[in-house]
Amino acid sequence: MGPLSHTGSAMKIAVCVKQIPDPNTPYALDPVTHFVERPQDQVLDDTDRYGVEVALQLAEATGGTVTLVSMCPAGNLQGIRQALAMGANRAVIVNDPALRGSGALVTAKVLAAVLRKEEPDLVITGTESTDGYTGVVPQQVAELLGLPSLTFARKVTQADGKIRIERLTANGYEVVESALPALLSVTSGVVEPRYPTFKGIMAAKTKPVEQPTAADLGFDPGQVGPAGSAQEIVGVRAAPERGAGRKVVDEGEAHLEIVRLLEQVKVI
Amino acid sequence: MQTWVFAEEIEGAPASLALEMLSKARTFGGDLAAVYLGAGSESAFATLGAHGATRVFHLVPGATLPTAAAAAALAGLVEAHQPDLLLFGVTFTDRDVAGRLSARLDRPVLASIVEIIIDGDAVQVVSEILGGTTLIDTAYRGPKPWIGIVRPKSFAAEAGAPSAPEVIPVALPDAGHAGEAAVLERHVEVSEGPDLEKAAIVVTAGRGVGGSEKMASLNELAGLLGAALGGTRAVVDAGWLPYNTQVGQTGKTVRPNVYIAAGVSGAMQHLVGMKDSGTIIAVNKDEEAPIFRVADLGIVGDLHKVLPKLVEELKARR
Repeated sequence: MGPLSHTGSAMKIAVCVKQIPDPNTPYALDPVTHFVERPQDQVLDDTDRYGVEVALQLAEATGGTVTLVSMCPAGNLQGIRQALAMGANRAVIVNDPALRGSGALVTAKVLAAVLRKEEPDLVITGTESTDGYTGVVPQQVAELLGLPSLTFARKVTQADGKIRIERLTANGYEVVESALPALLSVTSGVVEPRYPTFKGIMAAKTKPVEQPTAADLGFDPGQVGPAGSAQEIVGVRAAPERGAGRKVVDEGEAHLEIVRLLEQVKVI
Repeated sequence: MQTWVFAEEIEGAPASLALEMLSKARTFGGDLAAVYLGAGSESAFATLGAHGATRVFHLVPGATLPTAAAAAALAGLVEAHQPDLLLFGVTFTDRDVAGRLSARLDRPVLASIVEIIIDGDAVQVVSEILGGTTLIDTAYRGPKPWIGIVRPKSFAAEAGAPSAPEVIPVALPDAGHAGEAAVLERHVEVSEGPDLEKAAIVVTAGRGVGGSEKMASLNELAGLLGAALGGTRAVVDAGWLPYNTQVGQTGKTVRPNVYIAAGVSGAMQHLVGMKDSGTIIAVNKDEEAPIFRVADLGIVGDLHKVLPKLVEELKARR
């Protein structure tokens, strides 16, 4: 698969987003399958709001469009509608029970299959989902599509059909520039995401949401889900808890409690 | 078991996380190599050797972002040498290379690894998920090599006797359009004070501090205790502290003797980066803040009242 071609100056942008169970509620893991249980009501992963905002700004600057791309149980689409309410034009959600329990690489292949059809100039992602833990799906998607991966961007600008970012490094940052098409992963400080307006929320209700299955994208059942993921979860347990200690309400003298503890552990 | 450990060069030396992974992989008892991405030097290679690498595949980056080309080079090396297990760290460049390599080789990646169990030819890993509240045991299936991404400070870096590994230079291949992103500038952001990842005491600012102009008592406290200053995601995103001071999932993992969290709510992504600290002290106005669930001493109160008094008390004792 060669790189996606860049045509014209109006930027066609795809943003990979995910709806997740509300992080403020305790997560439940299915005791048999070990998969996170997905309620009907799911919210847009907070870290995805930044990617959507960057996409909207770039689309506004170039007269382009923003399509949301996701692989997740659709539920009532509440989380996806949140991103549409911010201003994205449409969404493609791969919603298929056969995908439950897919590993990161299968997720990346499914997203890449959608993106090949969409042929965007720019793919934008977050750096990792709040509920997952691999944090490599953006890089896998980039490799599958033959795109440069401009990752961990804390600042994004565009000019003359090129994207320039400040990419976080171990001891600072580097300025990286690439021609389109490209994939960009953004950190959560990159921009201030807008809040949906009432008008946006109303408009989101009727924006197109396509829901292809894995088979529609050409996947066989053996290529997705746990069978296609070449990994097997063999156990899940609670991490050893670190018991909470004492809680003291400050009534003017609580700093002395800290002093006593610092003395006790011999750092003062 | 033939294990390869990816090692990015940071300021002329292998990343400390790479040395931690090498030290662990040395206990597997098989063949151990490092894949080094950086300018390289005798002392860097010697450090890798002292931590167990008998061979070093040396990749030298050019003027472009090297991640796509490094993945392509690794794919070629894998085909030629057939390693069983490839270990990377939870760092920016490691994640980029591991992800791209996994897609190129069509092999799974398991991430957030805190323990690796080798049983004959099988490999099983323990990963932290949901902010470190849950541990998940996963076994690799299907063809090798298997790729893992390891959390910092899961293993101790232990140098053995000095040894000079065999160094094999590897040219970075042309990765086409994917490899053409240009690196125009490199900036090192220097933090004052002790190294966050090595400091015995860490003082961390959360959103509750309220602004970059309100950091004075935290700075003073850190100075008095010889502590490193850290920040939550909200604080570095807001620009109150530089990004390289971030503690948590995307930032640094710290394990100091004493961790003082000021105005930190304790989101899952933060807890995973500090929950293994020795003694945890938290000051927060919100008595329901999740940070109190891991704090040995939790002060429910205004940090702008508690910390200045603490600073005065510590000064008085000098």
